[in-house]
Parts: sequence; C-alpha cells; structure tokens
Amino acid sequence: MQPQPQTEPVPVLEIRGLTQNFGGLRAVSDFNVELGKNQLTGLIGPNGAGKTTVFNLVSGFYQPSEGMIQVGGVPTAELKPHKISALGVARTFQNIRLWNDMSVMDNIRVAQHYRLGYGFFHSAVRSKRYRRREEEITREATELLDIFELKKYADEYPRNLPYGTQRKLEIARALSIHPKLLLLDEPAAGLNSSDIRELIRLIRWIHGQFDVTIWMIEHHMDVMMELCTHIKVIDFGQTIAEGVPDEIRNHPAVITAYLGDDKI
Amino acid sequence: MLKRYSVHLILTLLGGLIVYLAYFEYLGLYFLSVLMFMGVNIILSSSLNLVNGYMGEFSCGHAGFMCVGAYVASVLGVWLFARDRVFGAPLLDPDYALYAFPVIILAGGVAAALAGLLVAFPSYKTRGDYLAIITIAANYIIISAIENMSSIGGSRGLMGMKGVINAMEDTLYLPWMPIWVFLFTIFCVWVIRRYVSSTFGKGVNAISQDEVAAEIMSVNTNKIKTITFMLSSGLAGIGGGLFAYILGYVNPGSFNILKSTEIMVMVYLGGMGSLSGSILAAIFFTILLELLRPLQIIKWIVIPLVLIILMQFRPEGIMGNRELGQIFPRLKKFYRFK
Amino acid sequence: MLELIIQNVINALQWGSFYALIALGYTLVYGVLTLINFAHGDVFMVGAYIAFFVATFFLVSLGIPGWLVLALCVPLTMILTSMVGVTLERIAYRPLRKKGAHRLYVVITALMCGLILQHANLAIFGASRKAFPPLIQEHVYNVGGVSFTNLKIAVIVTAILVFLILHWIVTRTRVGMAMRAISYDKFAVPLMGIPLDQIIVITFVLGSGFAGLAGLLFAMSYPVLEPYMGALIGWKAFIAAVVGGIGDIRGAFLGGFLLGGIEILVVAFFPSTLRDLIAFTVLLVILTFKPTGFFGVAKTTKI
Repeated sequence: MQPQPQTEPVPVLEIRGLTQNFGGLRAVSDFNVELGKNQLTGLIGPNGAGKTTVFNLVSGFYQPSEGMIQVGGVPTAELKPHKISALGVARTFQNIRLWNDMSVMDNIRVAQHYRLGYGFFHSAVRSKRYRRREEEITREATELLDIFELKKYADEYPRNLPYGTQRKLEIARALSIHPKLLLLDEPAAGLNSSDIRELIRLIRWIHGQFDVTIWMIEHHMDVMMELCTHIKVIDFGQTIAEGVPDEIRNHPAVITAYLGDDKI
Repeated sequence: MLKRYSVHLILTLLGGLIVYLAYFEYLGLYFLSVLMFMGVNIILSSSLNLVNGYMGEFSCGHAGFMCVGAYVASVLGVWLFARDRVFGAPLLDPDYALYAFPVIILAGGVAAALAGLLVAFPSYKTRGDYLAIITIAANYIIISAIENMSSIGGSRGLMGMKGVINAMEDTLYLPWMPIWVFLFTIFCVWVIRRYVSSTFGKGVNAISQDEVAAEIMSVNTNKIKTITFMLSSGLAGIGGGLFAYILGYVNPGSFNILKSTEIMVMVYLGGMGSLSGSILAAIFFTILLELLRPLQIIKWIVIPLVLIILMQFRPEGIMGNRELGQIFPRLKKFYRFK
Repeated sequence: MLELIIQNVINALQWGSFYALIALGYTLVYGVLTLINFAHGDVFMVGAYIAFFVATFFLVSLGIPGWLVLALCVPLTMILTSMVGVTLERIAYRPLRKKGAHRLYVVITALMCGLILQHANLAIFGASRKAFPPLIQEHVYNVGGVSFTNLKIAVIVTAILVFLILHWIVTRTRVGMAMRAISYDKFAVPLMGIPLDQIIVITFVLGSGFAGLAGLLFAMSYPVLEPYMGALIGWKAFIAAVVGGIGDIRGAFLGGFLLGGIEILVVAFFPSTLRDLIAFTVLLVILTFKPTGFFGVAKTTKI
C-alpha cells in the first residue's frame, strides 16, 4: 500500500471539455467546471442555452458526446442515472416531477432505493433485515419531513399540495438521498414573490444545515445574486462569462446575451 | 390480538370449510370446480394487475405465461407420476406425487417467470403501446411453439393429469386439488401484497408514475421491471399449472389472446393497482361467467357489453386504485393483512 | 431458381397486400388518436361478410353478371364497412374521449367491441363457414414458369393504388394536413378552427373502408368465411403496422409486405405450422432492437 499523496481535496464535481450534440445541434460545447465542497454556484443563460442539458448530462440522463464528468473523483460516463444518484448526485426538475399518486411519505421512501439493503426475497418473507431497514427508512423519512415542516402532509398525495409546497417536497426528496451534490433546476419557476423569499431562506438554510454542494439554474436574477458565490453564464452551449455575482451583473457579454445587441 | 390474526383465522376457517365440504361431498363437483377456477382467476388477475395496474404497462399476453406454466407442470407431473400413452410408465413412485405436487406447480411458475424475460428485456427500452405489441407477439410465439411440439401433443393437447391427482388421492384420500388451489391462491396474493407494500416494491409504482424521476432518484428501473415481469408471469404460470390440473387436459388453444383478454377484463373490472379489486373482480367475473353459461355464444356479447358500459360510467373499475381498507377505513380495526 | 424466387415474390406481395390494407386502418387511427383500435381486425371480418351478402344478393337474387356485381360490390362494401367503423367510433369511443377518459379505457373498449362483432356474427349466422361465390373468371397465366392469376395481380395493384391514394390524401390534402396536425397536438387543433370530430370520422371512414375492400379481396382469393377470420389476421396486421412504424402510412405498407414476405418465405422452406412461430419471432426481434419500427419516431422524454 502506498500512502495517498496529500494533494488538494477531490472536487465534488469536475467537468472537462463536455460536449453534447443532438443530431446537428451542438447543445453544449466544451463546458468546464469544478465544484468544491459546500459551494453554492449558479448557472445562468438565456432560454435554450443548454443549462438543463448540462444537468441532464451530470445526472446521467444523456451520455455525453465528448468530455468527462467526475463525481467525487469517479468518472460517470458509463453509469446509469440510478448509479450516479447513489454516488451522491440528487436533483430537482424544471417541471416538478413528483410521484403524484403516492403519498408524500412514500415519495421520500422510494428515493432510498440506492441503499435499501434488501431485495425481492426479503420483502416477500419479511425478514428481520427487511423489518429493520423499513423501520429505519420510515424513521429517517419522518425526521426529514419534520425538519421540512411537511410532516402534516405525510399521507397526502403531492398533487393535492400547493405548488410551493410541491417544490419544497421535491427538494426534500432530493436531499433524502444524502447527496454530496444537489442540482436545482429552476427552483423558483412558477413561485410568487413571497414563495421566492421563502425559497431563498430554504436554500440558504439547506446550505448551512446539510453538508452539500449546491448548483442551481435560475432565471430570477435576484435569487442568484443573493445566494450564489459564483455564477457561470452560458449561451448556445458555450461559456460566455463567469465570476462573482457583481462581475456577472455588469459583464458586457451577459448583457448582450440577455438583452440583445444594440446594433439592430 | 384479534386484529393481528383475524385474516389468518378467517382464511383457515374458509379453507377448512371448503375441504370439509369437499371431503364429505356436500359440494358437487361442478360447484367445487367453479370455486377452484375462482382461485385460479384470482391468481391470474392479481398477477396481471402487478404489470398493468401497479407498473402501468399494458400487457395483453398474460395467457402465454399461463400456458408455459400449465405445460411445464403437466408434463413434469405426467412424466414423473402417471401412466401415460406418451410418456409411458411413471418415473418415480406415485406415492411421492403428494409431496412433489407443489414443487411441480412451482417449477411451472419458474419456467413461466423465465418466459417473462421475453417481455422484460424489451421493456428496458420501450413501454406503452409498443410493449403491448411485444406482449401480444410473445403470447403468439409461446402458443405456436407448443403447437409445434408434437412430442407433448402439439395442437391436440395433453392429457393425463388426472392420473397424478389419482396418485395423490391413493396415497392419502383428501380433496387435494381444492386444497392446493386454495393454498396457492393465498400464497400468490400474499407475495404480491408484500412485494407492492414494501419500499422496494413501491419502486414499481414510481416507475408507473414517472419513470425518469424514478431512475434519477436512485431506483434501478431495469431491475425492478425484470423482477416485476418475472413475478407477474411466474405467478401466472402457477395459475396455469393449477388450471391444467383442474381441467385434467390442456391444449394451446385455450391460452390464446381471448384468454388474455379475459384476464385483462378482470383487472380493469377490479381497478388498476388495487389488489382487493382484482380479487373481488375475479370472484365476480367467475360467477358471472357461470351464470351466463346457458346463454352460450350470447355470453360473449353480454360480457363485453357490460364492460363497455362500465367503461363509460365507471372507468376506474370497482375499486379504482384503492384497497378495501382505504374505502372502508373502519374495516382496518378488524384486520391486518401483510 | 429465378422462377421460384419470382413466384414467391408474387405470392408474398399478394399475401402482404392484405396485411398492408388492414394495417393501414390501424395506423391511420393510431396516427390521429393514438388509439389502438383493436376492433379493426373484426371490422375486416365484417367487411368480408358484407361483401358476401352484397355479392350473393346481386348474384343470386337479381341474377346480375359477375363483373357487374364486382363493380357494385367494391363501393357498397367499402361504404357499408366504413359505416360499421364510424358507428363504433360514435357509440363507443367518442363518449369516452369526450369524458377525457384514460387512453387505456378506450383501448379496452375497442377490444370489447371486437369481441362483440365476432360473437354477434357467430350468434346470428352460426359457426358454419360461408363460401364466397366466384365473381370473376379466374385466369391462370403462365409466364416463363411463373404462374399467377388475374386475381393475384388485381390484389397487388389495388394495394399499391390504395397506398398512393392515401399517401396523397395524407400529404397533399387539407384533410390530411388536419390529420397530421391532430396527431401532433390534439388540444391546439380545435383552437385553430379544425373540426376535430369530423376529421376523426373521416379517419375511421378511410380505415374501415379499406378494411372492407381488403375483406372483399380476401373473400375472393380465399372464398371461405368464418367469424374468427378477422382476429388472427387483424392482430398480425397490427403487429406489422407497428414494425413498419405505427402512425405512418408507408410504415403500414412496408410492415404488411414484410410480414407477408416472411410468412411466404417460412412456408417455402419449413413446415407451414411453423409460420406463425417464426413470423412472430422475427417481429419480436425487430421490435426489441427497434422499438418504434422502421418509420416510427421515438417520442423523446424531455426533462
């Protein structure tokens, strides 16, 4: 055994030269990023810039055409999404994707599949291991719902909950897999201004409370400016700017991408 | 205490009653066979509900898997324990038939589960209507494969299962078929119930509602699909094995798409994703079929008509996707079923 | 050798023509409504029976010469059969659609309608097979060792003509444009002022009408009718439509001819009992590797 050389810590997420082609369309081109532990980073860009594609690539929904993605030092190229989530990548979706005909409690419980520790046989004979694991899972899920103040909805179906609560539940579900990296895809979409205030508080609280790196896409600039320490801007799949929020706010390329050219 | 054991108690009493009535021949042969078909139908409808209801797929070829189970169980039984024109003298002492019978039926189930892979593999890539076609094709493939195996009777069918039952009854005189059908019915419902109520099995439901979210939230969708298809078709195989032994005769034609449709009718009658609905529907449907028997051909006009009307006015079936305990919460005080 | 190949190609084309003509009914309805119209195979069977009754009526009761009967039979059968299809649509499918019922319930209803058609037929006309009267003199031509009949050629030519007409309707006419629009977005189409129900009725008229035509041709080629004849051939045609890529006219024809080809090929080399087994296995393999068929477009999930 050789002693591990003490270098700088492995980044939570490392993307190098990521390119994705859909037919003739280059949705993402030569994308690079390195997210360290406990960062709160933003990804912005106009509609169709390729932001969600980057998230889909990270969560394994697409196979990248080129480039490399590593989560905690593990390359994810050949992995199926459920394996990647087991590595500690959780996400929410632009359009909420909860399991609408399962109770809120079950929504949290099913997300524990990666560390269930039992299979079909145990569930059929209700072995000791099964009962222990089910108990643990239920207890942890209850705790999680409790700290998210969702416990009173435990037996409700998600579709009967207010929109803001559904967003919150989706974030809770993502956190229930104890992620190292949490991807939030437009968490403020469809929320009213008081909900957005609430969301900002929630994300900040999560960032302080859980040991997690957060990477988020958002169109509400005030949310991004308030929360993120670092923002990356892409347009047509290419990185056009990055830096701290104040730099981004006044970056000429960003203004052009969002507001268009002066020259008409 | 009562809550915990009430289901066991009721089932034991019911089973005891049936065996008692059958043993002293208070129940006519006809009535007994209707009861047994009820049991088989419960197995078939609840196992198909696993795929069509809980997983939200559309399998139209359930009878194919039933066919595999029926043939494997029949051939094994006849070959091992009965004197038959095709297979000759029994291979083992007929005294063992009693003990081997459940194993034979389970072997049919295992074979059917393997046949289920025929559908499970394509289901990784496709779902919905396209998978429905694959199930239809699978049904036809299984039937015509058996039709082409002349060594086990081909399209003429296979007989001799009565010999195995006789061997069992010679060893110990008890109404073995009702007993086994009863036990296997409970076994199947019990396995399904436990599977779908575990966190593991709820992955099935998650796939049905949002497959993408399921995969991304760490559910190994391919594995769950494989297990669910295999379980569903395996249980259908058990049902098929019992079906073959009740009739004492099988031929491939009795497992065609019409049979699959019949099972599908029961599932949708009961409600997708409701186990108690499937059971109730199977009981109801078996009785309906028997009541309509005097109508002969007209029966197959009346039943579809009833179903069409049902679809118009109560498309979610008898129970919707709820269980008995959810509709009558008070019942929960009296039983616990796990 | 060459004669044998050509002979089999002709047989395959004729056999495939029936599948193609039926498959197109499935594909049209599926393309517009994303509904598997499981009753379609039985509509084909009803078509054959309608052709039978129309033909015997004219031939026996009125004593009209065969060629004239055929000329009358074609439009009459197509019209009457399409009325059957439209009736199913109006009575069974439309109310469900209006209620916004789950697609699956409509499929089940279709399946049940098929059963009703089959068994109503059985109940009314009994299980005895009906012999279709010969309408035209069948000539056997023999060119260089390849034998074919005028009927065979007529079947193939009809199938190709139907394909051309339908392709023209779907791609060139306003109705066809509306059909394609509906299959693209069912909710936006009525907002654009396209009469949804009318287009759907036209779809059923086309699909069932050509199923009726197939029924007539089938009855002329294989003049024995029985109530279950629609079931197996219907299921097969449906699978053929899917293999070709359901929702696409070209797919229906490609799939139909492909299935016809496979079946003829199997029969040429193996015992004919293996026909279904091998044909279905080939289709299953194709669908496993190309689930949406040849012309089908995979619906991409967007997240």
